[in-house]
Amino acid sequence: MIPQQFEYSAPKSLAEALALIADGGKPLSGGMSLIPMMKLRLAAPDRVVDLARIAELSYIREQAGSIHIGATTTHHEVESSAVIRAKCPLLAETASFIGDVQVRNLGTIGGSVAHADPSADYPAALQALEAKIVIKGAASERTVSADDFFVDTFTTALEPGEIVTEVIVPVEAASTGTSYQKLLQPASGFAIVGVAARIQKSGGKITLARVGVTGLSNRAFRAAATEQALTSGTAVQAAADVVAQAIDANSDLYASAEFRAHLAAVYAARAIDAAIRRTS
Amino acid sequence: MTVTITVNGTQHTHSVEPRLLLIHYLREHLSLTGSHIGCETSLCGACTVELNGKAVKSCSIFAVQCNGAQVTTIEGLATGDRLHRVQEAFWNEHGAQCGFCTPGMVMVSKQILDRNPDPTEAEIRHGLEGNLCRCTGYQHIVKAVQAAARVRA
Ligand SMILES: Cc1cc2nc3c(=O)[nH]c(=O)nc-3n(C[C@H](O)[C@H](O)[C@H](O)COP(=O)(O)OP(=O)(O)OC[C@H]3O[C@@H](n4cnc5c(N)ncnc54)[C@H](O)[C@@H]3O)c2cc1C
Ligand code: FES
Ligand code: FES
Repeated sequence: MIPQQFEYSAPKSLAEALALIADGGKPLSGGMSLIPMMKLRLAAPDRVVDLARIAELSYIREQAGSIHIGATTTHHEVESSAVIRAKCPLLAETASFIGDVQVRNLGTIGGSVAHADPSADYPAALQALEAKIVIKGAASERTVSADDFFVDTFTTALEPGEIVTEVIVPVEAASTGTSYQKLLQPASGFAIVGVAARIQKSGGKITLARVGVTGLSNRAFRAAATEQALTSGTAVQAAADVVAQAIDANSDLYASAEFRAHLAAVYAARAIDAAIRRTS
Repeated sequence: MTVTITVNGTQHTHSVEPRLLLIHYLREHLSLTGSHIGCETSLCGACTVELNGKAVKSCSIFAVQCNGAQVTTIEGLATGDRLHRVQEAFWNEHGAQCGFCTPGMVMVSKQILDRNPDPTEAEIRHGLEGNLCRCTGYQHIVKAVQAAARVRA
């Protein structure tokens, strides 16, 4: 499987890369989605701009209650970062479930969110974390919420010429319990469904519930009905049972829409239970 | 485009098409046929090599992305006649049957142990997720990784 010919450049600065991308270049990060697509000729860019050599896009920084993660930070760097493991364990746990060792060594957080695969793992966690995505173009810069960023299957808020430069997640309060649970597609490792939960409790009651779901539908989303049920005292399984409410569930060879909706309730309950056990 | 890549300690410079995949560079330009092409779709791990110390699937990365990098293939693990401890363990524990998956299995097992010298069985199985074997049922491969871990311990 040989991709179509293309021109390749590997700029060292973000400004240079943005100019090349504004001119029609296709960004390449870890290549773990783009290169398989190029080999199948589902993608055939004329010009590829490799972001991997831009030092200013690779970092993990804690700053004023948030953790800023540069776009080319790999899944392995996220899962093994001491700062992220201690202060945003949900993201580290989610990264550790992506694909396999080799995919995590190359694949990046910027590439994953930009690709917006409806079964990708990060989007569930980023929805539950109410993360922000920083977007830059040659002459623009804006920050959007994860909820506004993930628009549809393989579709994001990115405009032509723009790239993701950073993902911002909150420093988690030490008392918050979090968990990511997924049923993986046995061949690819992608989530058939994946659920990320964040729970805070006070005086025996759930005071904060955030539930992000991936794999179920066209985009990762926050399960508002489940969150509300949890904070109004509904039992976990009953709250999880409404996770697929009003959602148009995906259907494929591996799981029908009905089965996926069922799985979403099962994995939501597991994630919420595990998150509750981790609260303090 | 001209690329300079150090493979198993030897520096090579070639003019290549940007679309040349690392696995084809290794097998066809350098005649290093130890890394295998199993699936060509980034799922089987038979093509796993080390790129700057990180295990990667060489069928899913272009040679141009590796310009200036250090690559280690299965051919680069032994020191003269002395096998690497992971190779030795695969030999002793019957970690290979047909051997097709073995180069990739050995490379990823080395990565598992480089990062975690004393992994649990669950950690070993998690580490092997990107590599498929049609013969062994994985049991002997897991045992080989455990045996290799004991050699260092
Ligand atoms: C075998 C295998 C198993 C996998 N399993 C999983 C899994 O279980 N869960 C999961 O979530 N993912 C999985 N993936 C996908 C993996 O996580 C990819 O790393 C990720 O989807 C894309 O990131 P990348 O850095 O490799 O991006 P690339 O492949 O380089 O790019 C992907 C797309 O995003 C664009 N792009 C890249 N970077 C940017 C940027 N900074 N700004 C704007 N656009 C950009 C590219 O132009 C391209 O369209 C798997 C991949 C493989 C090969
Ligand atoms: S040939 Fe590279 S993963 Fe199968
Ligand atoms: S030994 Fe035959 S595929 Fe693994």
